[in-house]
Amino acid sequence: MTAPVLVADRGLRHELRAAGVVWQRDLIRFRTDRGRIVSSFVQPLLFLFVLGKGLGASIGEATFGGADYSTFLFPGVLASSVMFTAVFSAISIVWDREQGFLREMLVAPISRTSIVLGKCLGGATVATLQALVLLALAGLVGVPYAPLMLVGAIGLLLLIAFAITAFGLLLAVRVQQIQTVMPRVQLLLTPLMFLSGAFFPLSSAVPGWLHALTLANPLSYGVDVLRRLVLAHTGGDGDATALRWGEQVVPIWVDVAMVAGAGVALLALAAWLFSRTD
Amino acid sequence: MALTTFESVRRGRTPATSPVIEASGLVKRYGQVEAVRGIDLAVGTGELFGFLGPNGAGKSTTIQMLCTLVRPTGGSARVAGFDVVRQRSDVRRHIGLVFQESTLDGHLTAEQNLRFHADVYGMARSSVRSRTDAVLEMVGLADRRGALVRTFSGGMKRRLEIARGLLHSPRVLFLDEPTIGLDPESRAGLWRYVDRLRAEEDITVFLTTHYMDEAERCDRIAIVDDGRIGALDTPSVLKAGVGHDRVRVDTTDDDAAEALLQSRLGVETTREAGVLTVLVPDGEQFVPRLFELGLTIRSVDVTRPTLDDVFLAHTGSRLAAGPSRGGRR
Repeated sequence: MTAPVLVADRGLRHELRAAGVVWQRDLIRFRTDRGRIVSSFVQPLLFLFVLGKGLGASIGEATFGGADYSTFLFPGVLASSVMFTAVFSAISIVWDREQGFLREMLVAPISRTSIVLGKCLGGATVATLQALVLLALAGLVGVPYAPLMLVGAIGLLLLIAFAITAFGLLLAVRVQQIQTVMPRVQLLLTPLMFLSGAFFPLSSAVPGWLHALTLANPLSYGVDVLRRLVLAHTGGDGDATALRWGEQVVPIWVDVAMVAGAGVALLALAAWLFSRTD
Repeated sequence: MALTTFESVRRGRTPATSPVIEASGLVKRYGQVEAVRGIDLAVGTGELFGFLGPNGAGKSTTIQMLCTLVRPTGGSARVAGFDVVRQRSDVRRHIGLVFQESTLDGHLTAEQNLRFHADVYGMARSSVRSRTDAVLEMVGLADRRGALVRTFSGGMKRRLEIARGLLHSPRVLFLDEPTIGLDPESRAGLWRYVDRLRAEEDITVFLTTHYMDEAERCDRIAIVDDGRIGALDTPSVLKAGVGHDRVRVDTTDDDAAEALLQSRLGVETTREAGVLTVLVPDGEQFVPRLFELGLTIRSVDVTRPTLDDVFLAHTGSRLAAGPSRGGRR
């Protein structure tokens, strides 16, 4: 007599499916929001062509391991562009709360961790997709379209975007209004970007305090590995501008582990905070 | 089959079938404020059960405790056989929720909203398609399935929310003020769908409202005020329990009439919105006696007790008159 409840999946399978649809929703919304795609390119293009070509003209190539400044800058601009788009994808969770849709997720028989994981994967994917257009400009700054480099760069951008989305979620999961989270994000993101080595190499001329702050920033390792990958394909000396602990060049696996570790830790923290929120 | 169940429920004080919602001593405190102060109830399978009360009475808090969204400070409750504190996920799988505020994604289509729901509720993939068709059909949105929800009217959105709440075939559908903010036509339409739903699916509907006409439709209602249930029964029993009719008299000289009514007939008079009003056990028999007083009477109006009178009798305040406390929207 009673209609069967049509709920089939349980446990981890169900949680992953839920995270999957949260991710998918972000992609659907990204596809239908073309304004966002266009407007997010202004800043990176300014950095790349105005700062890169302008400043590059007055600085010698020796500073950048034999590469042109705009070539040196390219991976940094890719990373910083991903940082901004990822963090804004992350804080869309506050929009979801304001618009009411978050409640549909909160009342479902799923854990908060699945929601945060889905959001994080969604933000990372969307940010990386946006960065693809920028990546397509590689030829304009003297970076060849080497398939291996492109695949590697996309993977690294995904990783960086994942960590930054997790960071954005940590800032956003408890926030009720978008006006509250925006200033916080701006306040924290700009220093993170400037202290990531995206715009200048950490040569011995850089003051010690600045050097220390940059080394403390997990994003620096992401920028570092991305730049070494790009410079390795332009014939420049990647190691010349590489991140160093003392005299020692930071190994690439450490670079990757630093970003991945930061991402997972931030995500876990965001999930924990979210599960303690009404 | 279903109809006879409702009829038997309608007559009784307690649910005729085994309860699908049971609460005992539910309490919710927010700091010093006691929003819900001990609620006991049992709702039977297939019932349309209503919570009637003003904003701020504790209706929404109670519904949120039953839906596992708010943890009770005291007492316990079971929904569809599961404990609302210890078996939250199980409760959630077996209930559908429609809130006062929209929880749809306006940037997705109607169908995409339903797809999302199917996945987060872990519905069997083989049933999603047919179930989506069925619920969209039921609320009359089958031809708008591919349209973005932000293009929908308020009434269409609410219908889609109901469709979504039903998608996973819940045992209980909770409707928190389902018609708030809707125009009369959309309200009527929404009720047609609820009626149809109850005819087609074996489902219990638990709703909160502060509209009398909506409470009238319920099999049983609980009058809620100040965090407590003041009365709980079928609308007809509750109204019979009030024990008086309301007689409104319009005369050429209300002051003189008032004095005569008190001295000759020994009844208390009040002025409701400037109209002389008397509460008597049997209004029809009272009217002839009224005319024996020799007053010049312009008109007389006798009304049976309404749920508003029930509300007044149990809480000492009127629900329908004036803007409700809290005044949402």
